[in-house]
Amino acid sequence: MTAKEAILNKIRGALADVQEADPEVDIPITWTYGTALPTEDIIEDFVIKVEDYGATVVRVPQSDLPVEISEAIRRLGTERLVVPEGIPEAWTEPLTDIDLCSDEGPLSHAELNAIDSVISTCAVAMADSGTIALDHSTGQGRRALTLLPDRHLCVVRADQIVSDVPEGINALKPALRHGLPVTWLSGGSATSDIELSRVEGVHGPRTLYVIVVE
Amino acid sequence: MTVTTQPTHRERPGEGLTVALFATCITDTMKPSIPKAVVQILERLGCRVEFPRKQTCCGQIMTNTGYFDEGLSTVKNYVDAFGGYDHVIAPSGSCVGSVRHQHEMLADRAGDAALAREASQTAAATRDLSEFLIDVLGVEDVGAWFPHKVTYHPTCHSARIAKVGDKPLRLLRAVGGIEVIDLPEAEQCCGFGGTFSLKNPDVSIAMASDKARNAFSTGAEYLVAGDHACLMNIGGVLHRGRTGVRTIHLAEILASTQEETR
Amino acid sequence: MTASDKTLTADKPRLTPKPGTWLGIPPFPEAVKTELQLSQQRKNLSHATHVIREKRVLRASEVENWEELRTAAEQIKDRVGRHLDKYLVQAEEAMTAAGVTVHWARDGEEANRIVSDIAKAKQIEEIVKIKSMVTQETDLNEHLEAEGIAAWETDLAELIVQLGHDLPSHILVPAIHRNRTEVRDIFTEEMGRYGAPAPEGLSNEPTELTNAARAHLREKFLRAKMAVSGGNFIVAETGTLVIVESEGNGRMCLTLPETLVSVVGIEKIVPTLDDLEVFLKLLPRSSTGERMNPYTSMWTGVRPGDGPQDLHVVLLDNGRSDVLADPVGRAALRCIRCSACLNICPVYERAGGHAYGSPYPGPIGAILNPQLRGLDSKVDQALPFASTLCGACNEVCPVKIPFTDILVHLRNKVVEHKTAKRPTIEQGLMKSTTWAMSSGSHLEKVHWGSRMAGRVFRERWLGPMPMPLASRWLQARDAEPPPSETFRAWWRTHREGK
Repeated sequence: MTAKEAILNKIRGALADVQEADPEVDIPITWTYGTALPTEDIIEDFVIKVEDYGATVVRVPQSDLPVEISEAIRRLGTERLVVPEGIPEAWTEPLTDIDLCSDEGPLSHAELNAIDSVISTCAVAMADSGTIALDHSTGQGRRALTLLPDRHLCVVRADQIVSDVPEGINALKPALRHGLPVTWLSGGSATSDIELSRVEGVHGPRTLYVIVVE
Repeated sequence: MTVTTQPTHRERPGEGLTVALFATCITDTMKPSIPKAVVQILERLGCRVEFPRKQTCCGQIMTNTGYFDEGLSTVKNYVDAFGGYDHVIAPSGSCVGSVRHQHEMLADRAGDAALAREASQTAAATRDLSEFLIDVLGVEDVGAWFPHKVTYHPTCHSARIAKVGDKPLRLLRAVGGIEVIDLPEAEQCCGFGGTFSLKNPDVSIAMASDKARNAFSTGAEYLVAGDHACLMNIGGVLHRGRTGVRTIHLAEILASTQEETR
Repeated sequence: MTASDKTLTADKPRLTPKPGTWLGIPPFPEAVKTELQLSQQRKNLSHATHVIREKRVLRASEVENWEELRTAAEQIKDRVGRHLDKYLVQAEEAMTAAGVTVHWARDGEEANRIVSDIAKAKQIEEIVKIKSMVTQETDLNEHLEAEGIAAWETDLAELIVQLGHDLPSHILVPAIHRNRTEVRDIFTEEMGRYGAPAPEGLSNEPTELTNAARAHLREKFLRAKMAVSGGNFIVAETGTLVIVESEGNGRMCLTLPETLVSVVGIEKIVPTLDDLEVFLKLLPRSSTGERMNPYTSMWTGVRPGDGPQDLHVVLLDNGRSDVLADPVGRAALRCIRCSACLNICPVYERAGGHAYGSPYPGPIGAILNPQLRGLDSKVDQALPFASTLCGACNEVCPVKIPFTDILVHLRNKVVEHKTAKRPTIEQGLMKSTTWAMSSGSHLEKVHWGSRMAGRVFRERWLGPMPMPLASRWLQARDAEPPPSETFRAWWRTHREGK
């Protein structure tokens, strides 16, 4: 008997008391999925929650985005910036004194580790928990790009922000069904492992800088 | 016994009600002043109190130590003693919790459907004193007078199994002359836990000592609770430490009146 | 602990720090005697549990439909448990279709073997690990060490435990029993032996200590060819794996190596992607007391050009199907390892995690270990009694595990197990108590004794006494003597006029 057969047999034996074969009939779930959270100002809620994690958030109109990106890059002290495929050229054009790196190569992990910052867009953002989700498609790069550099500049469109996790999961379902990996970021990396006192900045990007474009 | 007129509470909302007192084995044997106090309060409020002599124990000492067959025999006795009463009142959230939460389960596990039915009925009629006063009689001010500083410990089973909520505290706050001081970490267990105190004496003592320290830190003269077992545990440490803080059951405070004090 | 290593490693030099061992930890009542004496540990635990309790309450109270969420989580987990065979087969099919190699392991040994075989086939001698309870349970690291493979813990607290030759004492924060100064000493002493040393003059500031860990682990992340993880959830409909974490060490392990093996307990399944919304709201708020943990990774099989190209999942039973066979005890399999029950537990707060003799301490350990491992050892027999039944755990559990009901149920199983062969003294005591409590007239006979005692002691309180059982109570507490008149005697005189 294979391990699989042995385990499944044991489970079936253990569940002899379960009479109903249909799981959904056996245990109904009294929960309405995908419900929005009534929030007065979703964007403002998102900003407050992300700032609560110690991240920087700025809100700008679309027309000011390239200027704000330059300002962010200056404030982050960026020298080398990895730019994923799909980031509009207009965003990086003003960054004349920054070493812009493309991942077309692709970059090795060691090369990426030597780059201090990354810029990306996102797939969806969830206000109530202050979460940004990446599905690593256009504008977001493969997972390592937003992981190894120490500073992450993330551009979130206001219309990408939903109220809460249930709407966020809903929005991400097509990407997940297509096999895209998904990463949720709620602030920068952090730990509470020493005396449960929160320290911001461990292995992932230690600084998260979010620009909300309205 | 003559009922004295109360300065703040002249009505007798219990008039016409017959209630059975479940004294609980521990206070019947070890602390009769508590069930006596319950009788005093209930009669003062107009209830007719009966004490079915068949009664003994809720059985939780056996049940919670894992002796279900033994626990079951007390279920039978409880149903026998209290079956037919609309109101069974006990001065213990823990015993009430056990009756309501465990009796039917024990009968079910023994495969005794008839007993399970009866047990569920007597369980539904069983209430902690604080629940009966507030939910059935609708009184918070029972006309008590207790001019002392007290601090209240919500016992775990009264709070989490019987779920009496803030009822004991509401009754306590309505007592004349009393000063109720908040107990730090009030909702933490005192470490009694029935046979836990014997099987794990070291952790039990560590917990009881912290509870006693918190009670002492309030400056209260009395630590109040609704379960005598917890009071024995905390009181034992308070006494050993010569803290001067005494323990008292909620019923004993509610039974005190200004007339008596004079 | 460190001193004794040196004598034990005579034959083969170790690749990783020699850990502590669960073997030899006595049953709970005995083990706590030592733990209660560790005053620094008690201070650390008391501080940490109080901090986290407050955070949890705050974050749970922000969610208006918190109770509905808990009910939904309970229902989803019950649905999965009661139809686990179907969901496992569905999950395997979905994962296989997405390019994952799925393995099944009956026990820890089989799971460990699968992991080391994958590594050996690729000549891999070093593995980076994401904190995982299940590989603690199977003692994977020591298996790999014996196979000549070094496994490096990358979670900060696990790193502290590993470098400290220690044992984990908490599900979420395995080094919760250590304070900052102890961590500084461990890093200063040990880091250099296994990689990048701690910087000169390292202080005990958590930020500095965290930076030292970042520097120490970065080279390990960059050169690792294989990672091992656990898994918080497997979505049956899509085969998606989900891991929640804080530090980014998880993302490093899930992203950089070519090979990733995830060892996951069979109970970790959720039916649909939709179900994630329930757990991703409950878990971080219950666990770290945050609205959301910093990082959550979800992956559905291999993504060409992004992350590990060789993915394995090991579905581990190791006693879980035995737990499932108990209709009362099976609710323990709802557990999502948040650790809220540990953090609220007054017994855990004082005893610490090691006294439970397993990587699963606290209330969840007290109900899970005896079910996973059986009731044959004294350690497992004692665990269901390592609780006052105060019920604080019931209230904080995000999946509504009825801890106290399961504890009482397991106590009954322990009693049946122990008394099956021969009667015990305790059983005798319980039987005589039962006789006394079986009728009012019996109780009255006992009262004769208590009234006599009352007359002897009058109102003098009892102090310390060298009497069996009584001494356990009286070693730290005085006792009020019984009264000379019981309540029922008073009632007879004053109400029945007899």
